[in-house]
Amino acid sequence: MIRKFPLRLHAGLTLAGLVVALYMIFLYAPEEMTMGEVQRIFYLHVSCAWTALMGFIIIFIASIAYLMKRSQPADELAHATAEVGFIFCTCVLVTGPLWAKPAWGIWWTWDARLTLTFLLWLLYVAYLMLRSYLVNPGRAANLCAVVGIIGFVDVLIDYMAIRWWRTQHPQPVILGGPESGLDPRMLATLLVSLGTFTLLFFLLVRIRLGLAGLRREFSEIRRTLAFRTSED
Amino acid sequence: MSNLKVIWSILAKDLRVEWRNRETLASMCVFGLLIIFLFNFAFETAREETLRLLPAVLWVAIAFAGVLGFNRSFASERENSCLEGMALAPVDPSLIFVGKMLANLLFLAAAEVVMAFAATLWFNFSFLPAVGELLLIAFFGTLGYAALGTIFGAVAANTRMREVMLTVLQFPVAFWILMLSIDSTSNAMRGDPGGNWIGGVARVAGISVVFTVASFLLFEYVLEE
Amino acid sequence: MPPGNHDNKPALEVRNVTKFFGDLAAVKEVTLGLRCGDSALLYGPNGAGKTTLLRMLASLARPSSGEILFAGKNIEHDGAGAKVAIGFVSHATFLYGELTVRENLRFFGRLFGLSNLEKRIDAALEMFDMLPRENVFARDLSRGLQQRASLARAFLHDPDFVILDEPFTGLDHESVTKLENLLLRLPEQGKALLFSTHDFEQGAALATRLIALKAGSVRYNGPLNEAPFKKLGITRTSGPSGDE
Repeated sequence: MIRKFPLRLHAGLTLAGLVVALYMIFLYAPEEMTMGEVQRIFYLHVSCAWTALMGFIIIFIASIAYLMKRSQPADELAHATAEVGFIFCTCVLVTGPLWAKPAWGIWWTWDARLTLTFLLWLLYVAYLMLRSYLVNPGRAANLCAVVGIIGFVDVLIDYMAIRWWRTQHPQPVILGGPESGLDPRMLATLLVSLGTFTLLFFLLVRIRLGLAGLRREFSEIRRTLAFRTSED
Repeated sequence: MSNLKVIWSILAKDLRVEWRNRETLASMCVFGLLIIFLFNFAFETAREETLRLLPAVLWVAIAFAGVLGFNRSFASERENSCLEGMALAPVDPSLIFVGKMLANLLFLAAAEVVMAFAATLWFNFSFLPAVGELLLIAFFGTLGYAALGTIFGAVAANTRMREVMLTVLQFPVAFWILMLSIDSTSNAMRGDPGGNWIGGVARVAGISVVFTVASFLLFEYVLEE
Repeated sequence: MPPGNHDNKPALEVRNVTKFFGDLAAVKEVTLGLRCGDSALLYGPNGAGKTTLLRMLASLARPSSGEILFAGKNIEHDGAGAKVAIGFVSHATFLYGELTVRENLRFFGRLFGLSNLEKRIDAALEMFDMLPRENVFARDLSRGLQQRASLARAFLHDPDFVILDEPFTGLDHESVTKLENLLLRLPEQGKALLFSTHDFEQGAALATRLIALKAGSVRYNGPLNEAPFKKLGITRTSGPSGDE
């Protein structure tokens, strides 16, 4: 999936999107009745949650692509996406309590979204830890691909299991609420935020891939040099 | 069928190696018992409370004892590069997975029996009324957990912080196997009204089978050099 | 090659194989072939890439580029045929410390699906004089005895290609002589031998072919006695001095 979309255009659009999104979040969207201004974090919170989830879907696809074709770009994509996705996932876990405390008086609750996000976050951590702690980096691609695939299977199971669990152990719906009966202006703001964050996500992944590409080129140069230098 | 013979050889080898020094089994049992003891001592309460806590206590103990066992399972292969030795033979890596997974499963099952005995004693609770259901839950829960432990054990064996890496991989992924097992165990112990127990067992079984199949299919990539 | 030997047995071929560890090339574009009846010495200084090359032949490591073929088939995709035909000994013994020598061999025999296993184990142990110690735990053996047990393991399935990475390490004088005699007989048994050792004269006495490896590249691959020793940096203490 080589994006021929020029990087500058991408960056420009992202910047524009962010400006529009910020305007909409803070000025365009109406104030929420019960929670007041603090509710505006919701747009960031949900956007980050969406990109974090999308990130792991990409890791899954890239991992399968790597195992099937042994293509190094697929492995680099998985790695880059993991790093960026981890940041967005952390943002969800940070914005959650920031929103919950002033709005409902509690820092945390194990509702569906937060539980899923926390488990997702743990999977990101595991993936990145594996990359860092390998004794033989040559094995990284294979092992991380395996973890990426099993991790994603786990995400699917998490999603289904959490929904089932909540039917057995129902909780007052707090953070999940606003999807039902959203003011059309709120909906528009949410959609714009989602779109912009997706653009931002891919922009960061592309930049990170650029770094990986440079590393690969550097590695190839070193390898060619290693060939030429033979002691006689 | 020669595949079964190979699996049996690997399983028998793991059992025999363990029998010679019995360190893994002993440490798993002791560790599990310690956890159950801690909880039992800390929560000396009425029977109602016990029924609420016991399933969670048991499965937490099983979870930690399991990870201990999985780590040691691959440590024994590392000493003389024995995993490479197996790679010299024309053996499908998936068979190595099945053999080692069954060994892990048996060790953990043995530790579970010991822990169940201790729980019966200390919590004054008899498992017999729902023993069939409980055995099914224990079997499927342990199966899925052992499958994940086997593949993650192999993955973690390549890292600098093996024990930590295995734990970090195992718990997020095995989380729902443990949760659903705790839930079903809890229902079973409470003397759950009619037919519902099939649903509980089926859920645990379903998740475990999914993870076991995934681990089986992916194991060969973990062993590849 | 021994006269009257019909060479219809499969060959082991290395084609343009390179192996990188990180950015360091341990093996650089190596091409060579090994046929039954060959007896080759792999010689080179430390770090030349001998162990890496031998491990790749034994399917324990994958080339970064190039291919290794057995009977014309790439061993990555069709490895079983190669593994059955190759016996490998290295620094690691591949033995389980908690099992006896016999139990270790039995385990490997079963993995190879060998019939008549107990008799074969007897024969392999006999080859290396390990029968008296067959019921000793591998962890209780000295390094030299472990090496002999490992050799027995490698010969258990009667491989056509014997690949040994410094097999004489740790062996006492008597065992060295026994092993040398065994290796000398391999070509006439229709088998192939490829081994590495640090003692050139010892290796030269056993091999008819020399593969000289330096910094990952093959510097010479041909009859041992015709090798340009001076150019390769090998000083001989006996036999032809091989001036160009």
